[in-house]
Amino acid sequence: MKETIRIGCGAGFSGDRLEPAVILAQQGQLDYLVLECLAERTIALAQKRKRQDPALGYDPLLERRIESLLPHLLDKRVRLITNMGAANPLAAAEKICAIARQMKLSVTVAAVTGDDVFDQLSGDEPALETGKPLKESGSLVSANAYLGTDAILPALATDAHIILTGRVADPSLFVSPLVHAFDWSLNDANQIGQGTVIGHLLECAGQLTGGYFADPGRKDIPDMAHLGHPFADVSKDGIAVFSKVAGTGGLLNVATAKEQLLYEVMDPSHYLTPDVVADFTQVRLEEVGLNQVKATGGKGQTRPDTLKVSVGYEAGFVGEGEISYAGSNALGRAQLAGAIIEKRLRDRFTDLRIDYIGSTSVHRTAFGHYPEPYEIRLRVAGRAATAKEAALVGEEVEALYTNGPAGGGGARKYVHEVVGIVSTLIDRAKITSNVTVLNA
Amino acid sequence: MKTKLYDLAHSRAGDKGNTLTLSLIPYRPEDYPILCAKVTAEAVKQHLQAIVAGDITRYELPNLPALQFVCQQALTGGVTTSLMMDTHGKSLSYALLEMEIDT
Repeated sequence: MKETIRIGCGAGFSGDRLEPAVILAQQGQLDYLVLECLAERTIALAQKRKRQDPALGYDPLLERRIESLLPHLLDKRVRLITNMGAANPLAAAEKICAIARQMKLSVTVAAVTGDDVFDQLSGDEPALETGKPLKESGSLVSANAYLGTDAILPALATDAHIILTGRVADPSLFVSPLVHAFDWSLNDANQIGQGTVIGHLLECAGQLTGGYFADPGRKDIPDMAHLGHPFADVSKDGIAVFSKVAGTGGLLNVATAKEQLLYEVMDPSHYLTPDVVADFTQVRLEEVGLNQVKATGGKGQTRPDTLKVSVGYEAGFVGEGEISYAGSNALGRAQLAGAIIEKRLRDRFTDLRIDYIGSTSVHRTAFGHYPEPYEIRLRVAGRAATAKEAALVGEEVEALYTNGPAGGGGARKYVHEVVGIVSTLIDRAKITSNVTVLNA
Repeated sequence: MKTKLYDLAHSRAGDKGNTLTLSLIPYRPEDYPILCAKVTAEAVKQHLQAIVAGDITRYELPNLPALQFVCQQALTGGVTTSLMMDTHGKSLSYALLEMEIDT
């Protein structure tokens, strides 16, 4: 058994850059590479793609990521763990085998399934957000339970080069190789709590190495155009030192690590995953070298008996329209345009929003600061049951060209379908996960 | 003297459904006590009244040191159904940093 293993994170969301993962696989001397590509919203969208074509429903960038990574993974003996299976891990595994055959490479892929619990829900279960039955939100399109480390371990026990999952808790993608490599007990809540701290720090990739952090003049980050993604060297007792590949851009220090540690955390003493109720309050972060941060002190309590289920429902369509005003009294003219739209559409949309981009569109207020901007973009958004009704928003905004205030230009209109997300809980005893191994 | 939080601390926003999380991390650890004293859940609720409709809970992490604010009903429905420009509320860390405190 190795004393230390190195786990890298090469993607923190579905649309993340491709090259940091390649650099990690090629130069990172990794044991494991993790790509976290599945958000709450992306799995519901993936389920819709799968319904349209049963061979789809995996991550839209899977082919490009695998094509660029596969030779390096095999050459450097790095095992890949990723949730790019999304709504269809089996189809994703078949796709990877097809890519390998085309590249004349030999690969073993393990697909973890069992997170899709759509057939196990009646729709009468209460939504955590509202307390009302799930089906009252709208027509349900998907339900995926967050699987944990126990579901991924059997896949790691095979000789698979690539482990593909659907919905699993993000930190479990990192806890599972630690448990596998060091034979940690899943019942050791403190050990798994520390593993979860490691996973949570790594899971957003570039957000640990200075991405989403920079504020010029105050929080400067070098060479962001070549931002490198992080890896952690983890010892058998769970002590982790985070770093990045030498020569890549970015910065990894206690400040970047603190922001990431608290990112999306509700109660820091009760961070819930399928593996553990982790406690982040005793975590110690220490700079031990340039771009090197040591993390210790993660704790935990016994894992919950229920798993969270992310449920997607049809939430209608959003129509948007935009038009710009610039020069003297730009805001005044944009506000007149907004008032016209408000009068014409208010009765037809229960959910309508009018924003003045350049003034109050992002924070809904300017906290008392109202400098006269040179240009303002009016943005109107409305939600409707059908695409046709939603399109009305953009049509009315476009009509401002000849029916609105002076000097409006650059109108654009969009309509998109919306999948809403609610959550519920399911007894973990009702979930059976499976591993399917494919070879090419 | 009034000081903007922007001058004392940095912050990152996160989202879980309709709930917004905001960290507040002092640049200098010695400023942590004043942040604890002045940036109460009530004061933040007052400051973010245009944004946060629900309750705000504050968690203290003296070890780091840092504060964490959990703001309910802050994302007009949350990432997929919200009509906001910033559906995740990712930009709202800088709304918190606009707050001024007496120092």
